[in-house]
Amino acid sequence: MSTELTFSQIEKYAGVKTAAAGGRADILATMKTAGMRGRGGAGFPVSVKWNLAAAATGPDKFIVCNADEGEPGTFKDRLILSEYADIVFDGMTIAAIAVGAAKGILYLRGEYVYLLNDLEAVLARRREDGMLGQNAAGREGFDFDIDIRMGSGAYVCGEETALIESLEGNRGEPRNRPPFPVDTGYRGRPTVVNNVETLAWAACIFAKGAEWFNGLGTEKSVGLKLLSISGDCANPGVYEFPLGVSIADVLTAVGAENSKAVQVGGASGLCIPACQFDRKIAFEDVATGGSVIVFGADRDMLDVVDNFMEFFVEESCGQCTPCREGNEKLLEGVQMLAAGKCSMKYLKELCSLGKTMQVASKCGLGQSSPNAFLSVVEHFSDEILGRTEGSNA
Amino acid sequence: MTDNINDSDRAPKAQRGQVIDKPDGVDAIGAQITITIDDNEIKVPMGTTILEAAKTAGIHIPTLCHHEDLCVAGVCRVCVVEVEGQRALQASCAYPITSPLNIKTHTPQVRRARRHVIDLLLSKHYGECYACFRNNNCELQSLAKEYGVDFFRFGHPEKPMFEKDHSSYSVVRDMNKCVLCRRCVRTCIDLQEVGVLEAANRSNETTIETFQDRPLGDVVCINCGQCINRCPTGALTANDPTDEVWAAIDDPKKHVTLQTAPSPRAGIGECFGLEPGTPMTFEMNTAVRQCGFDKVFDTNFTADLTIIEEGTELLLRLYKALVEKDETVALPQFTSCSPGWVKFIEHFYPEMLPNMSSAKSPQQMFGALIKTFYAEHHGIDPADIVSVALMPCSAKKFECNRPEMTDSGYKDVDYGLTTRELAKMISEAGIHLPDMPKGDFDAPFGEATGSGVIFGATGGVMEAALRTVIELVCGVKVEDLFEHANILPIRGFEGARMVELPIENVGPVPAVLQSLVPSWDWLKGATLKVGVCHGTANAKKVLDDIKAGGAFSECHFIEFMACPGGCLGGGGQPIPTTPEIRQARAKAIYAEDEAYGIRKSHENPVVWELYEKFLTDGPCGHISHKLLHTTYTARGKYL
Repeated sequence: MSTELTFSQIEKYAGVKTAAAGGRADILATMKTAGMRGRGGAGFPVSVKWNLAAAATGPDKFIVCNADEGEPGTFKDRLILSEYADIVFDGMTIAAIAVGAAKGILYLRGEYVYLLNDLEAVLARRREDGMLGQNAAGREGFDFDIDIRMGSGAYVCGEETALIESLEGNRGEPRNRPPFPVDTGYRGRPTVVNNVETLAWAACIFAKGAEWFNGLGTEKSVGLKLLSISGDCANPGVYEFPLGVSIADVLTAVGAENSKAVQVGGASGLCIPACQFDRKIAFEDVATGGSVIVFGADRDMLDVVDNFMEFFVEESCGQCTPCREGNEKLLEGVQMLAAGKCSMKYLKELCSLGKTMQVASKCGLGQSSPNAFLSVVEHFSDEILGRTEGSNA
Repeated sequence: MTDNINDSDRAPKAQRGQVIDKPDGVDAIGAQITITIDDNEIKVPMGTTILEAAKTAGIHIPTLCHHEDLCVAGVCRVCVVEVEGQRALQASCAYPITSPLNIKTHTPQVRRARRHVIDLLLSKHYGECYACFRNNNCELQSLAKEYGVDFFRFGHPEKPMFEKDHSSYSVVRDMNKCVLCRRCVRTCIDLQEVGVLEAANRSNETTIETFQDRPLGDVVCINCGQCINRCPTGALTANDPTDEVWAAIDDPKKHVTLQTAPSPRAGIGECFGLEPGTPMTFEMNTAVRQCGFDKVFDTNFTADLTIIEEGTELLLRLYKALVEKDETVALPQFTSCSPGWVKFIEHFYPEMLPNMSSAKSPQQMFGALIKTFYAEHHGIDPADIVSVALMPCSAKKFECNRPEMTDSGYKDVDYGLTTRELAKMISEAGIHLPDMPKGDFDAPFGEATGSGVIFGATGGVMEAALRTVIELVCGVKVEDLFEHANILPIRGFEGARMVELPIENVGPVPAVLQSLVPSWDWLKGATLKVGVCHGTANAKKVLDDIKAGGAFSECHFIEFMACPGGCLGGGGQPIPTTPEIRQARAKAIYAEDEAYGIRKSHENPVVWELYEKFLTDGPCGHISHKLLHTTYTARGKYL
């Protein structure tokens, strides 16, 4: 079940045509007016990223669409790619005009290989329609085409620099930043890496106008956002909300009753307890790449965090010490808690370790992996403490 | 220093020095940026890392995965610092300064993070410090001390997880002590372009593995041991034969000889707390005798011999190629002293083996002579001789175990000791090396020249060869062309370099060479072009250049050394190694060269005595071919 998405009202090619008629400066100005922040989770202002890449020198630039949707609980990019692929490619084309790129790459999550044929067919049609290739979108001298490259199932390759390493055929491991991809990205060239949804909204902005987009949401988090909502609710699915929507309103929309907590932002996100359901989904409050997981009254929060920590122990790239070893220690801690064998002193130590991981890990994976652990310990201490072996909450 | 190679094609970018584009508005490269570190305001050139900047301000930031010779990794996270305006801490080794920053290096958050990182590393580091050859010379141990670790916050392994890998003659791997800093990986792939080590698996199952996790002895490792020198812990060590050597010394029936290469003398002092570059040549002779070795010889003697043999071979090749127009002659001729280099070319450029000089390395020449010439003249049964070689090198251990190295009828060299291992033996004998009185080398190989000594530094073999060629062929004094016979253009640390030497006059050529070719006049007016190259990553560049018909293909003779800096930076030298340490050792070596009474290989009287008495058919003759020359194996990817 889903709400009616704005994307369904957008005609294919519409955004590109508007953008192509203007030109680079107009596109960058429009994006600045629209004020969109990246939809992948980190919320970096899109116009800043595009401007930096546009200003970077060098002959080859790349537009990479990050379709390595791997955050537990998100499936909105899958929906966008299966139903509105044209809008995503429109967004990539607009970005390419803006920064002066000749090549686009869609990095598709390994598990989404079943979408590959359809997406290739869309690209073929776009080439026939003159939207790709030489003088694409009727723009003199604008040669742009898009390739699709498959990921191989590593969660960390959703991190933009690990994605670029993977594109180059290396182990998917995040690079040191700076330099950033807009400066030194794929093959050392300026590269814009945007999430699927970000590019789709970019196309909408050009189809419907920057003011339309800017008028929605909150002051710091403008526009609309897709949420993938799953867990203990009556109507899970992909929903569209203006940013700034409260968690309570989201829960009402999906028919979730008596929820104990909501995990916003997937495994790397925050666990929000019922007493904070008035908080807003927005970059200034609870940010998310799109994953919302609802936990009903019967959920064991220790099971929840155990599941997340197992995920990170599996998915850490193993490069930096805090993430490689820290996640393992946190998982051990969860298991000790479940067995009633974790002293308060050691729990405090683990929370301190979690805080270290948040600041000392090399990339966003390790920096956010302790979030769930820390928020469950903070909000559900009554539930997770005082257990004995074999007991449940 | 230019012996850093940070632009290899094979290292992943995640672990490679990256070019920093200058931001708009910043004009010249080297633009100065003012930053604040711990309230000190300093100016640094743009692109300087925070770590380097801190160093110039006299501020210590601890490191582990960082190494001056290697590309940036930023993986251990020990060196994190706070940068104002940034939520996360930044790895100072990997953060290039391109804008004014305010940096704090020891806030509570930073100290907590560093301590946690150290605690986490210790939670996976199996072993006790007192049962480790890196005790008191271990970077993890030092960090633990620096951060006051007095308990294992996150536990400590009680059992080993991995079996030690003893399969290689040269390098032993004990992954139980590995802290995954990946210095070995970067050394192997980035510095040496060999690439037998790589990170495998993910997350807490990450290990450093060879191809298919095979034993190190079963992969294309060249045994250079550079990974040993850069390992911060005891995970990588050399294959240590000191027990066997002690057993031989303790056996009264055995006659134990030690030949000592030039580089260990310039390095061994470091094992006894001396400054790098403090020569210990003659103190070491006394110490070695006190340990119980029966004789101590100077490998420089066979270095001189190598010059005569290899030089003769070169002249013969040039004659065939230039006068007889024999197109099958492979030029340029490559030196063959460095066993790591030999194995590198055998594996990676087997098609270029015809270019290799057939002359054995000085170690193996010496080995063959000890069990023939020396045994004969001293009435010792070669079966009772245990020939030990002190080398700065781990690959020498493999070399002496090559099946072809038995031309004396016995194993020519029984054991190769590294500088570190001899230092251990000396300590074990209760000797403090710097306190030893000086002692000479033993006859009959006591006499050696400065040319032999400089074999230890990159360019040394070539300089020695040039000194001899200039005098024997051109008939002029080296001193007439180069002050103090120091051929400075060939020295230095540049990865690959070339020198041209016009030959204006020829002869008179000494009697022993005269008979080699009918006439020497063809050399008149020729220009001898020679190259020097150190580190196998540079070797790869030079070989590719030759294949592509580039500048190096016009060389006649090229010196190759597997290790950065040459032998003085060898895999058997004291740990740590840095460009500065290698430079200090080089200085010691060149100083020792200047101190020698005889500076040129062809002036070594014992060499000519040897040709007179033993190698009676002269350089590159039948006897010398049997004992002093060898063949190579085109290994490719096979072993």
